[in-house]
Order: sequence, then structure tokens, then C-alpha cells
Amino acid sequence: MSEIRYENFFPIEGGTFVNAGDVSSRIKSILKNLGIGSEVVRRAAIIAYESEINIVSYALRGNIRLSVTPDAVCIEAKDEGPGIPDIELAMQEGFSTATPMVREMGFGAGMGLSNIKKFSDSLEITSEVGQGTHVKTRINMAEAG
Amino acid sequence: MKLEEIAGKLNLRVLCCDEGLSREVRGGFVGDLLSDVMANSREGDLWITRQVHPNIVAVAVMKEHSAILLVQGGIPMEDTLSRARKEGVPILGTEINGFEAAGKIYGLMNP
Ligand SMILES: Nc1ncnc2c1ncn2[C@@H]1O[C@H](COP(=O)(O)OP(=O)(O)OP(=O)(O)O)[C@@H](O)[C@H]1O
Ligand SMILES: [Mg+2]
Repeated sequence: MSEIRYENFFPIEGGTFVNAGDVSSRIKSILKNLGIGSEVVRRAAIIAYESEINIVSYALRGNIRLSVTPDAVCIEAKDEGPGIPDIELAMQEGFSTATPMVREMGFGAGMGLSNIKKFSDSLEITSEVGQGTHVKTRINMAEAG
Repeated sequence: MKLEEIAGKLNLRVLCCDEGLSREVRGGFVGDLLSDVMANSREGDLWITRQVHPNIVAVAVMKEHSAILLVQGGIPMEDTLSRARKEGVPILGTEINGFEAAGKIYGLMNP
């Protein structure tokens, strides 16, 4: 385990889109200020945004933990909410249970989790129905350049 | 190419943030699905969309787009405009549709 350069938790409220994107915006500027390479920042921003929007869209509340070590940027989203009954199905591009209200805003393409997978070097999702969901990602500094 | 030049040649309405007209447009992206735009658009893009709600500003800020172009006469919600003003994201508008707008802008940028 390498030493932690930065760590913070950002709370996110479920069900309201008023401030949606603020946490990921903050995460992006923190990473930039830490001098992280632009490609890693770009990937982290996408992961943070999709994680944030999923908490807003589906959960009651949650938080994102950002941690930075010399080797990696880790983004972990944890929420209290309905959970995901079939993670494999949820991972499929195009699968979505988004409400019509959420879809009207251009969310609900069923692309968020696949994007998180695509832009991370490792992804671990655990979820308990009726309890919540935990999405853990890591971006390696070196591989992303 | 400068946003100002594109706005002038296509007669785009500036709905917000004139001060951003000097921005450089590096490319463009057409999309209404926010996850698609998040994943596939690039910094400096002029984002062409039909979406008008405030979340488009958050996406444009995250992706560092040069501006948002609302096509087919799309009118931004009041909250969209106030968020855009706060963030300094230019929002432009036009009556033409996404196909025409993209084609014309592509032509200007790739003569
Ligand atoms: N935190 C979560 N809690 C409960 N269910 C979730 C959560 N995250 C995702 N899901 C479920 O997984 C599905 C797929 O999620 P994904 O982010 O890939 O797409 P989406 O949110 O439906 O659309 P998009 O992200 O493209 O706007 C969701 O529709 C939802 O059913
Ligand atoms: Mg999603």
C-alpha cells in the first residue's frame, strides 16, 4: 500500500438534481490542483460524474470518497438506497430503470456503469437489495499517462 | 476557430455570456444523452444539443466545452441561464436542427 496524498469524503443527497455535478466538479478541480496528469483527471471526472448522478438518480443519500496515492486515483461511491438486484444486467450498456422524469433530462441511457468500467483500471461493485450500493474504482497513474 | 466567428457566420443568438465569445472552438459534439456526452466529447468542443435543463451546464463545465449550442429553437430554462452565468459557459441558440448546425459548423472548421 502506498501512502495517501489526499483523501476526502463528499456527501451527496439523493433525489434532487439541483446541485447534480457539483461534487464531481470539485473532485476534478482538486485533482487538477494536485497536479495529476490531464488524462487521469479526464477519466476520474467521468467516473465521479456517473457515480454522483447514479446516487442522485437512484439512492436516498450517499457519498463519494476520493483518495490519491502516488500510484492511483481511487473513487469510491457508497450509498443507502434500493441496491442493484442484478449487477451483471445493470452493467450492460442500454439497461436502465431510470424514471421518465430522469430520462427527460437526458439521463437513463444505461451507459453510466459501462463508462465507469471503460474509464477505470479496476472496478468492483457490491450491492445489497434494500440496503445500498458500493462502487469502487481505481485509475492507475502510470497506465493512463 | 473562435466561437465569435462561428456565431457570426451562422447568425447564432447569444443567450448567455458574451464574454466567452472569444473562446477557441476546437471541435464539436452532438448529443442529448448526458452519459454519451460525458464519455465521448472533448475539451474545447462546441456541444450541440436539444437539452435545455440546468444539468447541461454541469456537463459543459466538467468537459470544459467551449460553448453549448441549443438547436431547433430550444429555450434554456431560467436556472440553466443562471447556472451558465455563474460558471461563464456561453449558451448559443439557433432555429436550425442539429444535422444542419453540425454540418455548417463542420464545414466552417474544415474548409
Ligand atoms: N447507486 C445505485 N443504486 C441503485 N441502482 C443503481 C445504482 N446505480 C445504477 N443502478 C441501476 O443500474 C442501472 C444502470 O446504471 P447506469 O448508470 O449504467 O445507467 P443509467 O443510470 O440508467 O443511465 P445513464 O447513466 O446512461 O444516464 C440503473 O438504471 C439502475 O437500475
Ligand atoms: Mg447512470
